[in-house]
Amino acid sequence: MDTLDRLEARSIYILREAYREFSNLCMLWSIGKDSTVLLWLARRAFFGHVPFSLLHIDTHFKIPEMIQYRDRMAREWKLNMVYGENDEAISCRKTFPDGHADRITCCRSLKSEALRRTLSGEWPRYRMDHASGEYVRELNRKPYTGVIVGVRADEEGSRSKERYFSSRDKDHEWDIADQPPELWNQFKTDFAPGTHVRVHPLLDWTELNIWEYIEREGIAVVPLYFNQGNGKRYRSLGCFPCTHPVDSDARTVRDIIEELRTGKFANIAERSGRAQDREDGGGLETLRREGYM
Amino acid sequence: MTERNHEMREQMNIVVVGHVDHGKSTVIGRLLADTRSLPQGKLARVRAMCERNARPFEYAFLLDALKDEQAQGITIDTARCFFKSLKRDYIILDAPGHIEFLKNMVTGAARAEAALLVIDAKEGVRENSRRHGYLLSMLGIRQIVVLVNKMDLIGFDLSGFERIRLQYTEFLETIGLHPLGFIPVAARDGVNLVNRAEWYDGMTALEFLDSFSKEAEKEDQPFRFAVQDVYKFTEEGDDRRILAGSIETGSIATGDAVVFYPSGKKSAIRSIESFNRAPSCTASAGQAIGFTLAEELYFRPGELMCRAAESPPIVGSRLRVHMFWLGKTPMITGKRYKLKLATARVPVYLAEVHRVLDASDLKEEKEKNELERHDVGECILETMKPVAFDLCANNPGTGRFVVVDNYEIAGGGIILEALSQEQLLVKEHVAQREASWESGSIPLSSRESLNGHKSKFVLITGPSGEFVRSAGKLLEKRLFEAGFSAYYLGVSNMDKGIGSDVADAFDRREETIRRLGELARIMTDSGAIFITAMPDADRHELKMLRELVLPQEILTIRVGKGVLGDEGEDLKLNVADPAEASSEAENQLRREEILPEFTI
Repeated sequence: MDTLDRLEARSIYILREAYREFSNLCMLWSIGKDSTVLLWLARRAFFGHVPFSLLHIDTHFKIPEMIQYRDRMAREWKLNMVYGENDEAISCRKTFPDGHADRITCCRSLKSEALRRTLSGEWPRYRMDHASGEYVRELNRKPYTGVIVGVRADEEGSRSKERYFSSRDKDHEWDIADQPPELWNQFKTDFAPGTHVRVHPLLDWTELNIWEYIEREGIAVVPLYFNQGNGKRYRSLGCFPCTHPVDSDARTVRDIIEELRTGKFANIAERSGRAQDREDGGGLETLRREGYM
Repeated sequence: MTERNHEMREQMNIVVVGHVDHGKSTVIGRLLADTRSLPQGKLARVRAMCERNARPFEYAFLLDALKDEQAQGITIDTARCFFKSLKRDYIILDAPGHIEFLKNMVTGAARAEAALLVIDAKEGVRENSRRHGYLLSMLGIRQIVVLVNKMDLIGFDLSGFERIRLQYTEFLETIGLHPLGFIPVAARDGVNLVNRAEWYDGMTALEFLDSFSKEAEKEDQPFRFAVQDVYKFTEEGDDRRILAGSIETGSIATGDAVVFYPSGKKSAIRSIESFNRAPSCTASAGQAIGFTLAEELYFRPGELMCRAAESPPIVGSRLRVHMFWLGKTPMITGKRYKLKLATARVPVYLAEVHRVLDASDLKEEKEKNELERHDVGECILETMKPVAFDLCANNPGTGRFVVVDNYEIAGGGIILEALSQEQLLVKEHVAQREASWESGSIPLSSRESLNGHKSKFVLITGPSGEFVRSAGKLLEKRLFEAGFSAYYLGVSNMDKGIGSDVADAFDRREETIRRLGELARIMTDSGAIFITAMPDADRHELKMLRELVLPQEILTIRVGKGVLGDEGEDLKLNVADPAEASSEAENQLRREEILPEFTI
């Protein structure tokens, strides 16, 4: 077995542990390359099926191609696709792009808070109805007790502190100093009522591993990752006001792999195009403690 | 699968451990910097931040991405960072040295394939130098190099280095650990980590790491597959019933006969299942995969599937183990914990503490009957139900375990030996219970002569819940109508009453069995024929009930239509309907002279 085989086998093991132990489980799908790999791993783990909901937090500032891609894949793979949003902040324009919030506040409100309240069931969830192909408001308001997330340890400092199974209290707070041990293949799969667990199957993967795996498995990703002729591509995807493309000639997955291995991005952090990271003293720690993914 | 990418680089997890302040973070920061593995601008940013805060720059700060950590000046968790050599990519799991964070150190070390153990040249071997060495050996890490750091503080005095080398080697040998080398380093100045000093002709830390080998998948060992789950996804007409899990060791092919442990059930591999892969008729160690079986069996996840042709695992409930405890409250005898071993989860008790080692100087502390936080010791654990395992020396993946206390993994260890079943806790419990049993004024024999029959516990089991329950109720009716004292208990009644506290617990089944056994002891003492029905009781559960009802007796009957199976029941009835089963059961009670042979 090579590095990718081993990474894959471990991720599958973790996904199956999560499915075995948590009765109300969902997977966050940000439409980016990492969570798309995660979705593929779920199909590998569950023999072609995805036996839980995929949750997307829609800030309404996502690059439009992302939403198109999301809905196309959801229809094609018959996914249990669900989205949630901070309707109040969006309709009252309390956002950074509207000039009524700084970047961190905007992230907190459109992403963290929307996520927290969608997971808990306090705010509406919209589920794709495969008969009509449209989203309909979901009646089930049961909180999700297990949330699978595609974070990687190499992304930035605070993510390197994560466990594969990480518990959050009811306010989604993360006590970094007091995390339970993880030994061998044994994870924290017991949790007290009122807490929920975040599951991180991709923790050991690097950005390069992700692209190597996309190439090997032939996974379709959003075209935004490739240079479409203007000499620019996105290396990391988010909301358009805060995410900027990088200069790159990479038109294919293979080009991206070369670029990461030996080319100009070999020593530049992936999230360098994400503006919110630089506020708050250069880390996502404040946001992550409060539940940011 | 597309063709293998030959450019793909090998990856190795390593851990850097040692006593607090002996320089682990500096070693890591320097390894990252000297192998040029830092993202562009990172070094400059950290330097600038130090300047802003008027603190001298240290390589350790590179790791301290979190604010409160920098404030405290100690590493609180297993941070990961990545560096490259020409040979491979490394993931470093920084394991904190402070005793308060031992669980973080253990978490990092359990995932590592190799370890750098850092000792301060000036301070020498300290408590956690020992404790960490001890834990590394228990966690199964064999590729270890010792860095004697801060050589600059002793003026690069090599005799000081030698002294530490001898002292620490002697200690490590007592716990069976043999480091592959010792290196004098000064991490702050990058001496002998990546770049060799002029006065030194041995291997650098990086050269040692590159000389370590990746552990290959163990394909030539006996096949072990812990069943993680059983899937039946019915969407889009899928009718496969798939056993999912990861292959720990060995290999297997379609058609191979397999045995499941601890249940002892047998079948054969029908197919090997994997999404988006060409069909394959073999599978081997390391793969996360699925199987379908030739004959479908009913069992819960946690069974260990093995090849019938190979050496079987051990099935037992009394284990001699080496373990460490990290829980906030001590591990004590008499308390029920959860044992997780491969994919099995079973209730477990601490039966005895043989010896607890004081890690600070490894003196044996006797006279202890509990494991306190950070204790390392040898003890005996007893599971409420037998588990399947291997000794850790033979197969680490199926020979180590964790113990969960109050939702948290609180301890872990390795299995050294399987002990005889002669002195099980349940036997001890029954002996103590009987020794202090308070009887009423009417002896059982008087009740039996009044009733005109003896008392007995009758358990009816079989594959169909409906069938066994119906047979149990009909038996109760027959006996009652014949004038006997018989009572049928629906086991589901226990969930809402006598077992309501464990209704959602992982060990609900085991606890139900235990409570049922205690109830049966009482009910039979009242002179009654106590009947209950429980589908799919296995041999271990029947044995447990037999022990618990002592000194009274149990009659176990397996009922059903067609192929029945065998869990060691006293009587097997292959009958068409529950009424026939109840009539046969009555006949058996007459044969055993529980009921009089003729009734008037």
